[in-house]
Amino acid sequence: MAELCSVCGHTVTVDELRICPSCGHYFPLSPEQRIALIADEGSFVEMEGSMQSVNPISLAGYEEKLKESQKKSALTDAVTIGSCTIEGEAAIVAVMAFSFMGGSMGSVVGEKITQAILEGALNHCAVILFTASGGARMQEGIFSLMQMAKTASAAALLEETRTPLFIVLTNPTTGGVTASFAMLGDVILAEPGAVIGFAGPRVIEGTIGEQLPQGFQRAEFQLERGFVDAIVERKHLKKTLSFLIKTHKGREVSHVG
Amino acid sequence: MLDESPRFKDAVDKMVEHTQLSSWESVQLSRRLGRPGAMTFINLICDSFMELHGDRFYGDDPAMVGGIGLVDGQAVTFIGNRKGANLRENVRYNYGMSNPEGYRKALRLARQAEKFGRPIVCFIDTPGAYPGLGSEERGIGEAIAQNLKAFSTLKTPILVFIIGEGGSGGALGIGVGDKLYMLEHAVYSVITPEGFASILLRDPSKAAEAAEAMKMTAHHLREFGVIHDIIEEGSAEETAACIKAIIVRDLAVLCSKPHTHLVRYRIRKIRGIGEVSGIAKTWWKPLLGVFGKTESLS
Repeated sequence: MAELCSVCGHTVTVDELRICPSCGHYFPLSPEQRIALIADEGSFVEMEGSMQSVNPISLAGYEEKLKESQKKSALTDAVTIGSCTIEGEAAIVAVMAFSFMGGSMGSVVGEKITQAILEGALNHCAVILFTASGGARMQEGIFSLMQMAKTASAAALLEETRTPLFIVLTNPTTGGVTASFAMLGDVILAEPGAVIGFAGPRVIEGTIGEQLPQGFQRAEFQLERGFVDAIVERKHLKKTLSFLIKTHKGREVSHVG
Repeated sequence: MLDESPRFKDAVDKMVEHTQLSSWESVQLSRRLGRPGAMTFINLICDSFMELHGDRFYGDDPAMVGGIGLVDGQAVTFIGNRKGANLRENVRYNYGMSNPEGYRKALRLARQAEKFGRPIVCFIDTPGAYPGLGSEERGIGEAIAQNLKAFSTLKTPILVFIIGEGGSGGALGIGVGDKLYMLEHAVYSVITPEGFASILLRDPSKAAEAAEAMKMTAHHLREFGVIHDIIEEGSAEETAACIKAIIVRDLAVLCSKPHTHLVRYRIRKIRGIGEVSGIAKTWWKPLLGVFGKTESLS
């Protein structure tokens, strides 16, 4: 199926890697497409597939917005979690979807990310989180802010069990997701060209009163600044992840209290 | 700063006089120039206080104050957002907006407190972390993330007081603790009402309307179970006395608890915040055993 590339403007046909053959731009992957790309065929088992958002601060219009997003994306919320194998190596994965309300983190995203991390801790199984988010979900007020603390504390717990946490930053990853679990990986990977930062470009431009330098907050910039371990092309992602799981087996720590 | 507070008190009295405050009025009061800040409270609460500077990596962030104080003879590490009492000070303290080095200084001092068995008291009063070029280049997101993770398992008691503006991740970066309190006219939210208005209501002038919708006042946050209690505001001295009484009371209890107990309680509390439907699995508590064996949790 032909698609319009938002970067070069050409109408192109992409394969399962979903990379523009004309300019190399990475099209977003849906959770389903992402899982198909990295998981061994048929190995993915979804967890918490029926969890749904409620309206914790009773904000007018939020429930309608959720229904509309669900209908449009065929997803229940902005993250899909589950277990799978990657070249035979067991992993717990979470894949965020920017297409669902900008990948924003509310109670459901926070809870599912937390559960993915804790599931990894319970089973001493590597956890891989694919991020894509504009930040906290404002519609859930203070509850969304607190998901940052919740996911970060889950990462602390995972660390105590010496279980590895791998992050794959995809375009874009900003705000409260960057300022919580996305920056807490034992290894942090990024897709080429992904925008990665805390404040959005327009907010920063508003603060400094000038345009941002070319390439600011891109994956390549973050690699140079020391916040990303490696930029990995999609075609190498599966192999890279299985290498990381194999090299981070460590020793198991008992968690029975 | 101190001599500003009576005028501030007058302003509060004037607003409270005729009616219950609206959320927007609380937002305005929480930001008002001359409102007692972290330094005012630290000076009023401590017998003596020594400020400690720097993150040991890059520099010292004046917008984040840290140091050791004696509270009725007990050593306590204080960390707080610092705003100015006037325009000149505001510029010097960057309106209370920290760069990464502020959060890294906070973490360094928190680790130091843990090492030497000192409890920690945090004062939150910031519109948010600083959204500038250097702040991004030095990893403001990473700095806040590390604090959230570290504070959640720090083996020493942490008390958090939201004394003015609690703005987003910049506030939460020193806001993970065992007990959270808010001054009655303080606010705490995921984004400023102005930001909420311009993004969700598509009209930045609807900030007052946004403030109501966001449910960001102390009363809302207590209702949501995010904070433990609300502290009534009087003069700076009166409010400081209330804060001090809470510090003394809480530390007497928390300092006697085993560290593992504290951490497990803190993580459970954080874990419980959020509203969802259709959750399948909640079984996870045995995991807390990684923090050491304890008796039953209270």
